[in-house]
This record gives sequence, structure tokens and C-alpha cells, in this order.
Amino acid sequence: MAKLYSQKKLASQKMLPKKETISFLLHYSKALSIIKAGKFSFEFIAN
Amino acid sequence: MAINELSDAVLIRKYIQGEESALGILIVRHQSKIYGFIYSKIKDKDLCDDVFQDTFIKVIKTLKSNSYNEEGKFVPWVMRIAHNLVIDHFRKSKKMRFQRDTDEYSVFSLLSDSSLNAENQIILDQIELDLSIIIEELPQDQREVLVMRMHQDLSFKEIADLTGVSINTALGRMRYAIINLRKIIAKNNIVLTN
Repeated sequence: MAKLYSQKKLASQKMLPKKETISFLLHYSKALSIIKAGKFSFEFIAN
Repeated sequence: MAINELSDAVLIRKYIQGEESALGILIVRHQSKIYGFIYSKIKDKDLCDDVFQDTFIKVIKTLKSNSYNEEGKFVPWVMRIAHNLVIDHFRKSKKMRFQRDTDEYSVFSLLSDSSLNAENQIILDQIELDLSIIIEELPQDQREVLVMRMHQDLSFKEIADLTGVSINTALGRMRYAIINLRKIIAKNNIVLTN
């Protein structure tokens, strides 16, 4: 059993998000700006 | 030093200062660990992508609003956000899925070896099935540590941060998880060899 547990294959398969998801996040980040005014925070998304 | 060799803390500082490329490096650097963590809880790739996306939207908003506290490390912080979003997901769907294997993905199928013959394959399948059932028998806290360590390859420090316990407690839970697995195996006369 110890042998089964120790097989690194269990954790070796890389699970990755879709490229579109990462692309969206990078574009979202570029477009987003947050401005704080007192206790308020305003979010702007540039087109 | 090349930008992709910089530490997380430096990249975060650069990102806050307006260097957008730092975010891409942080995402690519940690995407596997964070996505794997989400996938271990939600066995649905599309939903995982949604949670992954929502996680980083929160990260981006926190960093851009200068609300990030540098005291903690980046990955455990992102993992906590992901963990909370996973809980939100299950709350919304009103059901907590304890079945970890689906038709699409079985962590134990990763143990299979293409060179096995049919008989050994059947034996191996049975072992995987037995093991998955046995793991489900463990108490929640022990199962959580075991799955995080073995399937998600997290360090005990990361497990301790995520579960809100000390490293020694996480280590203790892992030890008891293995002791209890052995007890269950002995009690039920299960043979886990090929």
C-alpha cells in the first residue's frame, strides 16, 4: 500500500485552465481601474 | 534578472505599480496548483474554469485597490479565495458532492499502467476502487489532509494554512489517516497488492 501511495503519478498530471480563461483575466486586468474616493471605491472597465 | 525569475512578492509589487505583465507570470506560475485544487473539489472542468476566473478577478480587484496584505504568502492567499468560492458554489448548488470519481476523471485511474495485462488491470482497478472507498471512510479532517497531500501535492505548510491548523496538527492528521487506513484494511481483510 505504501508503494501505491508513493507513486508520484497521483500528483503529476497537470490540471490547467483554458487559455481563454487566462486571456480573459489578462484583458480584464488591463481594462480595470479602481479609484478610491473616501470610503467609496469606483471600478472602471475601459472598452 | 529576468522578470519571470522574480519572486511572487516582487511581481505583486510590480503589478500594483502598473506592470500588467507581472500578473500573467503569477497566473502561469501558479495556475496548475490553484486549478488542481479547485478541480479536486469540483469535478467539472467548465465550473472549475469559472471558479478559477472568479478567484483571479478577486485577486486583481484586491491588488488594484491596494487592499493586499503582504504579510501572508501569495499562493495560500489565492488558495483561500478559491476555497471560499468553492464553498459558495456548493452552497448555491445546495449539495455537497462527496463522490470524488466521475466518468470524466478518476484520480486513481492515474495509477494505471498501459503495460499491464488484462488480469493485472482488473486487479489494479479493484485496488483503486477499494482504496477510494477506504479513503471515503476516513474522518473528514484526516481525509482532507490526505487528499491535499497525495492528490494535490501540497506541502504540509500549505495544508496547515488552508485548513487553519498548525503544521504539527496537519502532520498528526496525516499520520492518523494512514494508521486508520491500515486498520480498515486489516479489519476488512482487504489485499492491496498487485
